Amino acid sequence: MPPLLEAQHVRKVYKGGGGLLGADTTQTVAVDDFTLAIDGDTPSFTTIAGESGSGKTTIARMLLGMQPPTAGTVRYRGMDIGSMTKEQRRTFRQDVQAIFQDPFEVYNPFYKIDHILTTPIEKFGLASSAQQAAEQIDEALRTVGLRPEETLGRYPHQLSGGQRQRITIARALLLKPKLIIADEPVSMVDASLRATILANLHKLYTDFGISFIYITHDLTTAYQVSDKIVVLYHGTVAEAGTVEQVIKDPKHPYTRELIHSIPVPDPGNAWIEGAIEEKDTEVTEAVIGGCRYAPRCAHADERCGQMPPLYRLEDGRVASCVLYDKQEALADGDLTRIIGTTHKQSE
Amino acid sequence: MSGVNTGSRGAISAEDLSMSETREVMLDIQGLEVHFETRRGIARAVNDVDLQLYKGERFGLVGESGSGKTTMILALLRMIKTPGFIAGGRAVFDDGTDLLRLSPEEVRENRLRRVAMVPQGAMNSLNPVMRIGQQITLTMREHGEEGTKVEFQDRVAQLLDQVGLKPEVAQLYPHELSGGMKQRACIAQAISLSPRLILADEPTSALDVVVQRQIMQTLRQLQLQLDATVLLVGHDMGLMAQFAERVGIMYGGKLVEVGAVADVFRNPQHPYTQLLISSIPSFERRGTFKGIPGVGLSLLDSPTGCLFHPRCPQAMERCSRDEPGLTQLGPGQHVSCLLYEKDESHATSA
Repeated sequence: MPPLLEAQHVRKVYKGGGGLLGADTTQTVAVDDFTLAIDGDTPSFTTIAGESGSGKTTIARMLLGMQPPTAGTVRYRGMDIGSMTKEQRRTFRQDVQAIFQDPFEVYNPFYKIDHILTTPIEKFGLASSAQQAAEQIDEALRTVGLRPEETLGRYPHQLSGGQRQRITIARALLLKPKLIIADEPVSMVDASLRATILANLHKLYTDFGISFIYITHDLTTAYQVSDKIVVLYHGTVAEAGTVEQVIKDPKHPYTRELIHSIPVPDPGNAWIEGAIEEKDTEVTEAVIGGCRYAPRCAHADERCGQMPPLYRLEDGRVASCVLYDKQEALADGDLTRIIGTTHKQSE
Repeated sequence: MSGVNTGSRGAISAEDLSMSETREVMLDIQGLEVHFETRRGIARAVNDVDLQLYKGERFGLVGESGSGKTTMILALLRMIKTPGFIAGGRAVFDDGTDLLRLSPEEVRENRLRRVAMVPQGAMNSLNPVMRIGQQITLTMREHGEEGTKVEFQDRVAQLLDQVGLKPEVAQLYPHELSGGMKQRACIAQAISLSPRLILADEPTSALDVVVQRQIMQTLRQLQLQLDATVLLVGHDMGLMAQFAERVGIMYGGKLVEVGAVADVFRNPQHPYTQLLISSIPSFERRGTFKGIPGVGLSLLDSPTGCLFHPRCPQAMERCSRDEPGLTQLGPGQHVSCLLYEKDESHATSA
């Protein structure tokens, strides 16, 4: 059986943008050769992490069929999502759901919350009667910790950010999807509610067997909810493996810098000690075809003029860095072998 | 609980005096009230806040959206716009100047010289059609600085150097800078007249973590150089833990706990602070999610008594009736919670 959703050597190039500091770049490689398959039968919770410009959102949009790749293909159950029939698209839209940062930007403020929840039921014929539909909505709202009587009949502006995000999760849940792609779902939610939303998502994974691709810049929440993680840097995969491996013991110089930059909520760390220097971390002109991180990297040498493959380390993770060039390279750059074989947490 | 002192609010205890020996109070905020007039009534966005900021310290003001933290610093800058207004209180500098009683002309003179602001979105606070050097020069001129063109060029170059930017940046337009460089340019502008108090409202929330760290390191170095006080406002508890020496926790417009950063993070006393600290995701616990129960407060429909009591796991009967004052627990640690107040002032017969 083909995987539920797979990206095969996808690449996305944006043309025409001027670079930072006015450099005359005619194209920006947002995503460079990304391969990953998500299995439909074994649930997995994978984070795709990166900072702004890493290509994480572009990957999400390509996986959702919202943006065609410049090269490579995205397949849903073996079918190229660019050329599916109407009926195939329908099942795709039911199987693969999206949760965005601020969903209410796209919803009509003049419709009540009920409309957001009844529409998918009608569109996908999920209920045979009005009463059944009401029961489904009730159950979905309760699953995400909302009281139906306090939620239904209201307008979006009457709800808090946390409540709104939980409604989109409830909506996604109604469709009983196989996979949810969540792009920064908690970055606009207050700290006290963040944990609740993440708990909701995690519950859908553990109790309902729904797979997740969690797109975020926040490695702390990634560590909390996911099993596997892919760290992107400027469109390329820097490191991938389990969250324990990558976050607790990063191997790629970029991942190390990233993790050491996170302010931990424990006073007395040397985080703030440091000289004033503009390290030009955002304006890097990498050698074309070379390692993207090399201009910032303390370990860089002449070997970095060529993009290193993903080397497979002893513990099973991969890192794209010449520091590990004694290791075997991951065949075809296919991350599925590293992170796609997740098994449901045994509990 | 030992060491609990039920000092009445506003009273100065022995511990307070010993603290003030080591640290000089620079700004004394008393009873600050900021209200917003709405069709549904008055919203108390800042509710009777007392806070002393010491000279040369880094103070972190933490709160969720709607807690009043941003409104509070806007009040100190006198930038509250209608329908909001400062409804009471004072904010007195050590030289006797009350920020809340300055005339519009004095407000202008005070900005940058006494109080400066590092904005949240550096992108929106720079003029897109003016070179960085021109903007900094213009700002200084508008605040009464005089000098020749060359003198200003030198000062701009020096300011840029102080924030880690090359002098060439003066010739660039904002769009030619990265996010981190823009924020550095904003900091250069903010420190241009050596302010004594720097207010920073989530200055790095739009930046990547690697850049965030560099910016915060820069801000700290400048704070030390200028011996300025920084009031950092935000909700990122990790950032607060690393940057601030003391923190204050706000809920519903009230300051519910103040203390040294290590005390507040390791030994929080207010039930809200305890929940807030335990809800922080960390690299220690995987798969455990502890949120704060209940929904956020509506300022237009505030509960009686303690504002947090409807969500508080430790709420007692009198919490819905009595409003807690600030109780001093230890040196410099204050909490606004009835758990720490003896029920003396309120007859138990109520």
